[in-house]
Amino acid sequence: MQISRRGFLTLSGAVGGGVVLSSLGLNLNPTKAYADELDKMNRVKIAKQTITTCCYCSVGCGLVCSTDKATGKIINIEGDADHPINEGSLCAKGAGFFDLTEANKHRLTKVLYRKPYATEWEEKDWDFAIPRIARLIKNTRDKGFITKNEKGELVNRCETIGHYGSSNVDNEECWLMSVRSRALGLVYIDHQARV
Amino acid sequence: MTNHYCDLKNADVILIMGSNAAEHHPIAFKWILRAKEKGATVIHVDPRYTRTSARCDFHVPLRSGTDIAFLGGMIHYILENKKYFRDYVVNYTNASFIVGKDYDFNNGLFSGYDASKRKYDKATWVLEKDEKGIPKRDMTLLDSRCVLQMMRKHYSRYTLDKVSSITGVSKENLLKVYQAYSATGRPDKAGTECYALGWTHHTTGSQIIRTMSIIQLLLGNMGIAGGGINALRGEPNVQGSTDHCILYGNLPGYLKMPVASLDTLEHYLKKCTPESKDPQSANYYTNYPKFFVSFLKGMWGDKVTKENEFGYQWLPKLEDGKAYSTMHMFDAMYAGKVKGYFCVGADTAVSTPNSNKVRKAMQNLDWLVGENIFNNETYEFWRGPGVDPKKIKTECFLLPASATMEKDGSQSNSGRWVQWKYKAAEAPGDALSVGEIELKIMAEVKKLYAKEGGPNAVAITSLKWDYLDSKGHIDVLKVSHQINGHFLKDTVIEDKAKGTTTLFKKGQLVPTFGNLKDDGATACGNWVMAGSFDEKGLNKMAKRGKDDPTGLGLFPNWAYAWPVNRRILYNRASCDINGKPYNPKRNILEWKGDKWVGDVPDGPWPPMANKEKGKYPFIMKTDGVGALFGPGMAEGPFPEHYEPLEGPLAKNPMSGQRINPVAEIFKSDMDKLANASEKYPYVCTTYSCTEHWCTGALTRWQAWLLEMQPELYVEIGEQLAKEKGIKNGERIKVISIRGEAPCVAMVTKRFKPFHVEGKTIHQVGMPFNYGWLFPKDSTSDSTNVLTPTAGDANTFCPEYKAFMVNVEKA
Repeated sequence: MQISRRGFLTLSGAVGGGVVLSSLGLNLNPTKAYADELDKMNRVKIAKQTITTCCYCSVGCGLVCSTDKATGKIINIEGDADHPINEGSLCAKGAGFFDLTEANKHRLTKVLYRKPYATEWEEKDWDFAIPRIARLIKNTRDKGFITKNEKGELVNRCETIGHYGSSNVDNEECWLMSVRSRALGLVYIDHQARV
Repeated sequence: MTNHYCDLKNADVILIMGSNAAEHHPIAFKWILRAKEKGATVIHVDPRYTRTSARCDFHVPLRSGTDIAFLGGMIHYILENKKYFRDYVVNYTNASFIVGKDYDFNNGLFSGYDASKRKYDKATWVLEKDEKGIPKRDMTLLDSRCVLQMMRKHYSRYTLDKVSSITGVSKENLLKVYQAYSATGRPDKAGTECYALGWTHHTTGSQIIRTMSIIQLLLGNMGIAGGGINALRGEPNVQGSTDHCILYGNLPGYLKMPVASLDTLEHYLKKCTPESKDPQSANYYTNYPKFFVSFLKGMWGDKVTKENEFGYQWLPKLEDGKAYSTMHMFDAMYAGKVKGYFCVGADTAVSTPNSNKVRKAMQNLDWLVGENIFNNETYEFWRGPGVDPKKIKTECFLLPASATMEKDGSQSNSGRWVQWKYKAAEAPGDALSVGEIELKIMAEVKKLYAKEGGPNAVAITSLKWDYLDSKGHIDVLKVSHQINGHFLKDTVIEDKAKGTTTLFKKGQLVPTFGNLKDDGATACGNWVMAGSFDEKGLNKMAKRGKDDPTGLGLFPNWAYAWPVNRRILYNRASCDINGKPYNPKRNILEWKGDKWVGDVPDGPWPPMANKEKGKYPFIMKTDGVGALFGPGMAEGPFPEHYEPLEGPLAKNPMSGQRINPVAEIFKSDMDKLANASEKYPYVCTTYSCTEHWCTGALTRWQAWLLEMQPELYVEIGEQLAKEKGIKNGERIKVISIRGEAPCVAMVTKRFKPFHVEGKTIHQVGMPFNYGWLFPKDSTSDSTNVLTPTAGDANTFCPEYKAFMVNVEKA
């Protein structure tokens, strides 16, 4: 009999559940936990599976996210057994990957804005933030722009705005930030590779 | 990495130095243990005994900041005992080249030093050429001025006695490592080195890595399975973010940022395109103009043409000789010169050295834009410890971002595998991907400049920026196509080797950077990524083939490895000059008479024994060979030991130059230093832990991880703890001249005192994963309140790994 890894997990879960059922009446808590696990396994089994890459060190371990088709929420994340580097295994941080999803109550979900001299953040929306940031960029850039240096050489640079980050976003995002910084004339451009 | 993670299993000897792989790269360590299971010797050289040490054959403690002395001693050992791989060294390195007569080295200084500028004039660091302009060589390696002999002379001072006295490593331990590692200097043995921040975080960081590169070239370990120099990098896409050059000095694909004196595109290209007169040197960077012009076309599209120098004048130009790295930026911000700051996916108020200075600097900002998935100390600087928000003028934005599993896109691991990933769920609330946020902000900026104008507005209004889809969301594939590059007109490409011609239509993706043009006929956002798609649009980054034809773990059909899916860089050096593998048991590449078979070779040319068409193996080097003599470095062509900027010794035992003569030093009123000071007598180093990542800006918000590693601690050896009356678990503070960090004392056997220059020197160590913001009940702050603003002269990486502190009861 050939058993896929996922099938094996489901099967062992079912067997484990059977053992627990036989102990009914002794202690219901483990039974309930197993039942929850069983339920989760069934939910994982029918969930949409999506491949992602770990967001911590640079080994590039593969993970499989299971998304509940009904709610659109991620319900489980585990190591990708097909991945040639991690072969399904993960370190402590990777194993806790689920805690980066929206299940973590600390995730930022709103645009936050702090007025000059204010003591607290206030919630705003994108329609406020984007035009305001664009205006600040333009004002600061235009005011401090250096068209020619002291020698009279054309330099077209802006030394009054800095950009930092990030090695924790995707390549396509990195490229966009790299070229937009140059279009603006920024020179203070750096990220975590340096530190 | 020159190699990649699975390849670690192919090594016979693995030297882990400057890394705690077991704790910081646990899955990489799995591959190291696979090698060990097959009989490999695994060595850990590190100030502290860690879980890496526990699984290695042996652990050798060394004093922080003395790596070049340690490795220089190994070069001395290899040369004096003739342990080098002679055939490789003669043919594939510049060992046989003749050093110019004016080159000199005396008492820690190379020729050309200008003490007032703290810089070298490198004019004398040259290799002699014949009348045709081809480097002179002495293949017998006997000429007293050949590189090998000059190097032998340089490292003759690195005797066992001297190295032992500097590093604190016993002579027995030095010999044990030197003997075990140099045993790989044979055709059938492979040795590899794994390093991490433990090497880069020094004022001599680049030269530490270069010292090891010299060893690897001497032993014939570059370009082979189980060999190479392997940086275990610390961030998920630090390879990609570096490739795309979110770095002041480079444009995507490591193209050079123009400087002010290069006033025209022509002058720029002439300066950046190296010349070689040697017909056997491929000198691949002769193609530089194709990569650069295609980049400009990728940035500005139709708006740039030959007539306007493809937009060259629209690019910002750096001031000649001036650097703009993180430390420079915060120094300028501290001086009030930087007014606006984007901090994307980072926590610079925790991660940057001398954090108190950084936080003070941020108070000078008019505005701050943060983009992240969690809040952190940088975004909250205006109400940090001791700061009164009512006095802080800065207008701050904190924009909610998508987490990695909430977006499509690619990331590149340290082994240069570019892996595609898919969106698994929508981001919560109003969060958007960083890419989409950037697209939207810049679109708004473009509108403002179109309407109102401004200095060099054309660079902004002309920027190609059409990467949103019809629903107003980022079209990631469109961006990745732009990065890959495409033909801008119908183009016929002739393959002379195969005798074929192929027509590519306008708009079609370029299958390789070999097809790029310098006349504006192609656009390519980043030439090293050209070929991440094929010409029909197949996304190679998304490939999941598990075939492994060599059995050596190359996995050529898993994802895409830049460049051109090459899995091991410099792989032609794994073969002799006739193209036969030095080690047939680990055959990654072989010349079969008319073509290479195996990994994607470093260029299609025949091996170098073919004097007519053959090329040397190191095709990206102008001379085609590995550089034992490296005149490109800021400190000198041969690495030399200097003490850390802050260290326990008043003098460098090796020479009259205590510190790296060209190290970057900052001089604001908050940049204080305390060398060989009685007030700060202990060496301190910093590191991470398995459960946290970097500043902890992601992991401290996760209950499971935080519970395992809740707060800042300092590891103190038993002897020092006894001297100071400090007990395990006691709350104490660690103090440097720049700041103090309250923490818990962890009294441990893992740190032992070093015996250096006849003195006993204690070293302590601290993780760098904490800050003041979260957890809320924590009394911890960043370890970097202690560290100095000082850096390597090539990379400007800060010296986090060796500085001086005291420890006191709280």
